[in-house]
Amino acid sequence: MTEVRRFLADARLVAVRDLRIEFRSRVVVGQVVPFALLVLVLFGFALDADHRTLRTFASGLFWVAVLLSALLAVHRSAALEQSDGTLDALRMSGLPPAALFMGKAIAVFVQLVLLEVVLMGGLFVLYGVEVVDPALLVAAGLLAGVAVAATGTLYGALASGPGVRETLLPILLLPVLAPVLIAATRAFDDALGAAAVDGWAWTGLLAVAALIATVVGTLAHGVLIED
Amino acid sequence: MAGRDERPGTTGSRGSRLLGCVALTCLAVLGVLAFVLTGPDVRIHPTTGEEFGQFDAVRMLYLHVPMAVLMYTSFMLCAVASVGVLVKRTPWWDVMAHSAAEVGTVLCGLVLVTGSIWGRPVWNTWWEWGDVRLMTTLVLFLLFAGYLALRRTTTDPRRQERQAAVVALVAVLDIPLVNRSVAWWENRTLHQRSTLEELKIEDLTLFTLMFGFLAFGLVVWWLTLQRFRVGWLERAAIDHAVGSAMAERRSETSADELDAAIGVTDEQAGEASP
Amino acid sequence: MTHLGYLIAGWGISLVVLGGYGLRLARRGRSLSPLVPEDRRRWLASPGTDSD
Repeated sequence: MTEVRRFLADARLVAVRDLRIEFRSRVVVGQVVPFALLVLVLFGFALDADHRTLRTFASGLFWVAVLLSALLAVHRSAALEQSDGTLDALRMSGLPPAALFMGKAIAVFVQLVLLEVVLMGGLFVLYGVEVVDPALLVAAGLLAGVAVAATGTLYGALASGPGVRETLLPILLLPVLAPVLIAATRAFDDALGAAAVDGWAWTGLLAVAALIATVVGTLAHGVLIED
Repeated sequence: MAGRDERPGTTGSRGSRLLGCVALTCLAVLGVLAFVLTGPDVRIHPTTGEEFGQFDAVRMLYLHVPMAVLMYTSFMLCAVASVGVLVKRTPWWDVMAHSAAEVGTVLCGLVLVTGSIWGRPVWNTWWEWGDVRLMTTLVLFLLFAGYLALRRTTTDPRRQERQAAVVALVAVLDIPLVNRSVAWWENRTLHQRSTLEELKIEDLTLFTLMFGFLAFGLVVWWLTLQRFRVGWLERAAIDHAVGSAMAERRSETSADELDAAIGVTDEQAGEASP
Repeated sequence: MTHLGYLIAGWGISLVVLGGYGLRLARRGRSLSPLVPEDRRRWLASPGTDSD
């Protein structure tokens, strides 16, 4: 039991560190969130649509904005380990890679949830949506957040080593997240009353995706960062 | 397949040349079967008496279906080889994983293209969002295109092997998820009104289809083998280049010069050293 | 033959791509071989591969 506690303590340490860095530098709050809102605005311009059309597509546009912004957040999270040999120091300190993964994923998850909340506000104001099923909205939003954060953190380790690899992250990460995009959009469609689908069934799929992403990430992260 | 019968300076060997010739012959035979000996798909409507069906477009069956099956086989091989990379860590598994992935991706692209070309006359559309197999194949293509992009970018081969292996395995694990999500997604699925079910695949059509698997199977085997050999050469070339650069460096300086450079001996303590 | 254009396009693209890929592999093999010492060119011939 103490091993688990140790693991959780290590993860918490990393998560708190990452969040503290974010709190001080305000990269996500100051740059990524505005980017996400900007994407929503751009969609509004490009679709040249009335509120009714935007409401129909709101879930899809929301999740595309979240995914694109998640790329930035994940990249930022991975970049934190690249400066000043931080990664080597962490490895040598005996911190298990799984705990490092968990901590970073939790930090990214927190940032994504914040992002989703702000974007929901954007949907209310800019697209005029109404929430029919708030419980479904929250459940789907959180589970999709876990799936994106876990998968993103795993791939973030790939895309931030030496050499020019930043452009690799989107083409690796986005196809893997295709089912999350589909499921989250359908769940939100139900929660926002935009389509007659079984949102909770989709949320179940999101739960499975979140679980798989967390397990695989925990197991595989070590492989990706070791030398 | 390799060994004493190698042709020096090429990736050929007596075995692979034989394989290649047999493969080409089978492809030619397949061509005859597919275009000359089998007939078009013509059916009579029970009530109107009109002719309907795919007509000659059905001949795409002998091309598209074998390539699709071989694509899945290649990706499975890549997944198995990726497990091998993580567990055994020998270069063989890595080169095999990369080769299988590359051949699989080429096939996947062709499956998408031939499927689209086949779909146009039969279903009157080049593409259909929401068709389960189309979507899954598209995502599969994107996943492995990403894998190949990753393999092209690193400087450190050791690290790249294991990273690529993880990416391949995540891709393969993702496929059931993609499949489920698209299957639930829309009701309209062209593949379900599937050609394979509505066609009566029997006799010569069945034989030609089976022969198609054989012919394309041999072609894919040859391609994977060649790709493996090229991959092996690439790896050996890098190792050799690094090895000889190091040997050259070592032979340029003698032990004394190295000591002098570091400033080891007392007499050289006062001299400037880099 | 009906749909001849589609058939030519489908079969044609496939055979050209597969053939072109095969040719490219053969050519690449030819250009790489001289860069590597003979005993390391093939897996079966290479010494001590399992301990790499």
